[in-house]
Amino acid sequence: MNAVMEMDLETTTQDYLASEKTYTRRVVICAGTGCMANGALKVFKALHEQAKALGISLEIELDYEDTKSKDGLLTKSGCQGFCQMGPLLSIEPDGILYCCVKPADVAEILETTFQNGKLVDRLLYSVPATGQVCKGHGDIPFYTQQHRTVLKACGSLDPENLREYIARGGYFAARKALTTMTDQEVCQEILDAGLRGRGGGGFPTGRKWELTRIQPKGKKFVICNGDEGDPGAFMDRSVMEGNPHAVLEGMMICARAVGADEGYVYVRAEYPLAVARVKKAVKDAEAVGILGDDIFGSGQSFRVHVMEGAGAFVCGEETALIASIEGKRGMPMPKPPFPAQSGLNGKPTVINNVETLASVPLILSNGAAWYRSMGTEKSPGTKTFALTGHVANTGLIEVPFGATLRKIVFDIGGGVTKKGDVIDNDAFKAVQIGGPSGGCLTREHLDLPMDFDSLLSIGAMVGSGGLVVMNQETCMVQVAKFFMQFTQNESCGKCVPCREGTKQMLALLDDITEGRATDETLPLLEQLARNVKIGSLCGLGKTAPNPVLSTLKNFREEIEAHVHRKVCPARVCKSLMTPEIDAALCKGCTLCAKKCPVGAIHGERKVAHTIDGFACIRCGACVDACKFNAISGI
Amino acid sequence: MPNEKTLTIDGFRVAIDAETNLLQVIRKAHIELPTFCYHSELSVYGACRLCMVEIEGRGLVTSCTTTPEPGMKVKTQTAEVRELRKMNIELLLASGNHDCPTCGKSGSCKLQSLAERLGVDKVRFTAPVEQKPLDFTSPSLVRDPNKCVLCGDCVRYCAEIQGIGVLDFTHRGSQSTVSPAFNKGLAEVDCVACGQCAAVCPVGAILVKTEVERAYAAIQDPRKTVVVQVAPAIRAAIGESFGAVNDTFTMGRIVSALRRLGFDKVYDTSFSADLTIWEEATEFVNRKQNGGVLPLITSCCPAWVKMAEHDFPEVLDNISTCRSPQQMFGSLAKDVLPKELGIAREDLVVVSIMPCTAKKFEAARDEFKVNGNPDVDLVLTTQELARMIQDAGIQFPELPVDSLDQPFGTKTGAGVIFANSGGVTEAVIRYAAGRLGEEHPVIEEVRAEKNRREFTASTPLGDIKMAVVQDGRGARSGQGEGASPGNQSWQKRCGVCGNHGLPRWMHRRRRSACHAFRSDPATSCSGHSRC
Amino acid sequence: MHTAETEAPLISRQFTSVLRILESYHHDSSKLVPILQAVQEEYRYLPEEVMTFVATALDISPARVFGVATFYSHFALEPKGKYVVRICDGTACHVKGSQDIVDVLTERLKLPKGKKTTPDMLFTLETVSCLGACGLAPAVVINDDVHGQMNAERTKALIDQICVEEGL
Repeated sequence: MNAVMEMDLETTTQDYLASEKTYTRRVVICAGTGCMANGALKVFKALHEQAKALGISLEIELDYEDTKSKDGLLTKSGCQGFCQMGPLLSIEPDGILYCCVKPADVAEILETTFQNGKLVDRLLYSVPATGQVCKGHGDIPFYTQQHRTVLKACGSLDPENLREYIARGGYFAARKALTTMTDQEVCQEILDAGLRGRGGGGFPTGRKWELTRIQPKGKKFVICNGDEGDPGAFMDRSVMEGNPHAVLEGMMICARAVGADEGYVYVRAEYPLAVARVKKAVKDAEAVGILGDDIFGSGQSFRVHVMEGAGAFVCGEETALIASIEGKRGMPMPKPPFPAQSGLNGKPTVINNVETLASVPLILSNGAAWYRSMGTEKSPGTKTFALTGHVANTGLIEVPFGATLRKIVFDIGGGVTKKGDVIDNDAFKAVQIGGPSGGCLTREHLDLPMDFDSLLSIGAMVGSGGLVVMNQETCMVQVAKFFMQFTQNESCGKCVPCREGTKQMLALLDDITEGRATDETLPLLEQLARNVKIGSLCGLGKTAPNPVLSTLKNFREEIEAHVHRKVCPARVCKSLMTPEIDAALCKGCTLCAKKCPVGAIHGERKVAHTIDGFACIRCGACVDACKFNAISGI
Repeated sequence: MPNEKTLTIDGFRVAIDAETNLLQVIRKAHIELPTFCYHSELSVYGACRLCMVEIEGRGLVTSCTTTPEPGMKVKTQTAEVRELRKMNIELLLASGNHDCPTCGKSGSCKLQSLAERLGVDKVRFTAPVEQKPLDFTSPSLVRDPNKCVLCGDCVRYCAEIQGIGVLDFTHRGSQSTVSPAFNKGLAEVDCVACGQCAAVCPVGAILVKTEVERAYAAIQDPRKTVVVQVAPAIRAAIGESFGAVNDTFTMGRIVSALRRLGFDKVYDTSFSADLTIWEEATEFVNRKQNGGVLPLITSCCPAWVKMAEHDFPEVLDNISTCRSPQQMFGSLAKDVLPKELGIAREDLVVVSIMPCTAKKFEAARDEFKVNGNPDVDLVLTTQELARMIQDAGIQFPELPVDSLDQPFGTKTGAGVIFANSGGVTEAVIRYAAGRLGEEHPVIEEVRAEKNRREFTASTPLGDIKMAVVQDGRGARSGQGEGASPGNQSWQKRCGVCGNHGLPRWMHRRRRSACHAFRSDPATSCSGHSRC
Repeated sequence: MHTAETEAPLISRQFTSVLRILESYHHDSSKLVPILQAVQEEYRYLPEEVMTFVATALDISPARVFGVATFYSHFALEPKGKYVVRICDGTACHVKGSQDIVDVLTERLKLPKGKKTTPDMLFTLETVSCLGACGLAPAVVINDDVHGQMNAERTKALIDQICVEEGL
């Protein structure tokens, strides 16, 4: 057996903080997937090398022995949320945030900021709507309008540094739970906090734990569900990448509460960085005895395995996820029995979402009352959302439950964009929330306080927290079709309503966008959607019709235009467009008329031509032939 | 009766006895909720959603997955569940090729009958245009994925009961299919041709490969003499096909029907079953007395033999070298009859009527051919025979009784009881004892209803330990320990034969009815020792 | 020239690595998913004979292995090209025009109908449901490199550049 170094949390904290004081500045480069894609690591390398060349002591590793004063500590962080402006580089304690930093900017940053103590203005963020230049997190509306708790550490601490996590208070909550609280007390604390599952349904986490706790003693499991499959959501990814130890700590506390000694983190394979970071966190925690046997001298054991998903949305469903870990096809099983009663290998199992687990240490450290001070009565706490689509500031945000859509889209998101990335708040059409299980929110919902129950009441759901803003150029039938395509692809194929029903719903939506719909299409679609919703086996199927039902409810007129008038008001559905020749652009060259295989184009030479919409077969030959881009609608 | 555990179903009080799920309670209350994927002997799957009911306070649930609890208020016919059932059927009818009149399952198809029962009078959805290829590779079965409703009954039966698992779901969502590994044909994987998948298939996605047309062609060919052997189990099953109770005259009517269909000679497989027992007993006594390889494992069931070839090559020497009754008959017939009738071997066509699909596979094996000419030319299942009789318009129940042809028509009378699972073992031991000059009584343990039985018989050869296993899973479990030298005779009746052809609940019913058994899907199953 | 003799050691060497993988998971059939992932890492796809080998070694039916392999979209049953181009078709990418990128690349790579890989085995074009890089929509991943805020033109340029590097 390897000798495990027992780590004392207080000593580690003191050592870290003492050593940290010897560094004048802290430079943090966001190393979330978004910033990495934009070249954050190149910036990191350039900064390190060029500082050295300039004689600036910018270290990349905390040196506990060296007590001399140093110019700075350069580290990476997890996702800071403002992905669109990446790579992000922040400098503390100055409170500076530089955006879109390129390796070529590094020399100027070192000279202007490090050597002269001034700001590089061109790298600062300016609010698109007002032109106001912001220095950093302290005055950028994207950040100031948020309330970051779960995400707070993501953007600042080094996700690969266990010591820093401890120095910021990490694993103290786990120690408290393991050494000074009973299992029942831990469950009670979570119940009191009113924490609800962030994976979609919003089931009270404390009740889930309690149900598992009261099962007969013996083998039990804790599973962290990091199979974030909702297309358009990346909160869990960011937490796993940015603060993996918080997830492990949440699992440890959960294990304590339910009496489990083994855990799995199930991560989507599409998230290689998250996989690597969580694996490293597990390894580091094991090396110092935070995971393993007799943790904190409590006599309790807890071990964690990391499993990569293999690409199946349905594995986000608890029983399918368990089947996947057991080496089977990820097909859900009927509930009951619930995983709390019979889960992995038939043993009682708690499955919690990443964000839920990352909230747990915060609740234990700060107390249930603190948690309840945020959010609404029935949905306490904060919620992270992935804000994407036609919005000025795309990225990852966190707000207390009860925040309005208006605040999120216009204040944090900076407004709605239309063609050419122009901000135009009048272009707002809808927000799709909750991905393939959710629904649309419209202008009339802008001031609705968003929480689990209010969203359910209007036929949407928090889901995993994807918020896709859509402008007037978006066809809502196409959006519904997109989600239906997704669910029918991702359906496991087990139960009839989901497998056959989603396929037929997609076919009916296809009829609508292709102009084949009849008077019977919409009633049939509604009837089918209702039956898939009530008849399906698992949550995926039961919620699959939501995007369709919500569109039918909120955008009935737009759908009916497709069905009855064969018109797509947003001018997106190609089959429903009227072929047209722009008289202003047409030179009357006759080329299109010659190419038209059915003789649908008429006109005199040098006079603007016209297309006979009835004769036109929309083959596109004229569009290819026209040198003046005068033909549209085909 | 305050202590009695009851719940209400549509307002009527029903007691909860030992039922493990609500569906069983509902069916006990004489409400036949439809299901595709529920079979009491298989694991609960919960996918077809047809057995959904409303429970007060809980909403809609599938009754097959719900544990009955006292006080539950169950409604089975609400507008919601009725619509759901109907829509599920409508969706399934649009899920593939469900063209009833041309389907081999028409008349016995669950989807067809449910559509009728639930009043699905139109299909508003579009069925896929693209057709998936059919699998004709197996000599016994035909798989048509376009008709599959993905209930998974075949998958679970093959894996859970037979312990083979050649079929599984592949892909997902609307692309889901049931298929052997790598989309291969059934003949290209470890399928033992037992036909259980076809027996449990509620629709026409897996059917017995029919050889009816080949039989007609042979009969019509003036150059051919067509003889037929009838396995004993057929008499029970065929009677049932025509709504008649099995009686002493059924065999006589079968003979009569076969003659009317144009078969030249009609024989009883019981004759060669006796030969098999005689040979196998002789082989056993020889091995026992001369230190041959023991335990001796029966060879009568072709599915088991194939399973051993795939999975247990180490026991091939233990398997009896005797031919099964079907093949014993075939080789004798092809040897004796051409001379007797003065025709060429090639002009004699031997047809057998068998209760088991694996017999088709057995007849097609190369080692049962002479210069490429098979000992048994074609095998018809009971169901196929029934179809021929119907096709010809023969009024079976009204037929006069006719008698079997000689010489193959004689039998010892010792055979019929051995159509049971374990029958061969019992027969061999009793015959062996008889050969050594001692009468051996009935071995009751053999007939027990367990899928693995072990017992010891005292014989002039000393104490003989025996084991009988039933169904593929039993055969698998018997491996290793069962083959210990202590066991001297070991019979494997893979479920293939042991439990043949019918889902077990039906088979139990039939067992009590007639004591001659199961196999061929839809009709009955074989008394293996006699096929 | 490949002859039976030169191929035999190659095959046994390949199975050696599968054996090593199976060993590291203690021949535990419940680890089928990670085992297949490791096998795919080794071969870049799941060859039929290797899946059969894995099934036999784990004492489960090949049908089950095939069922699992076809269930998860991450598993490939055919060899992939040298460059795997994955276009994110998550909601955020979709509303920002990922389909255009797919259309243009299908055309640019001259992919035969229904095929994902070019006949020269250089490129495989796939769509994925969400890469979680929604902040960078539309996102394109070529092998392991994430490219954000793409459009059809820029993606095409990336492909052109690879073709130049490959001497095409």
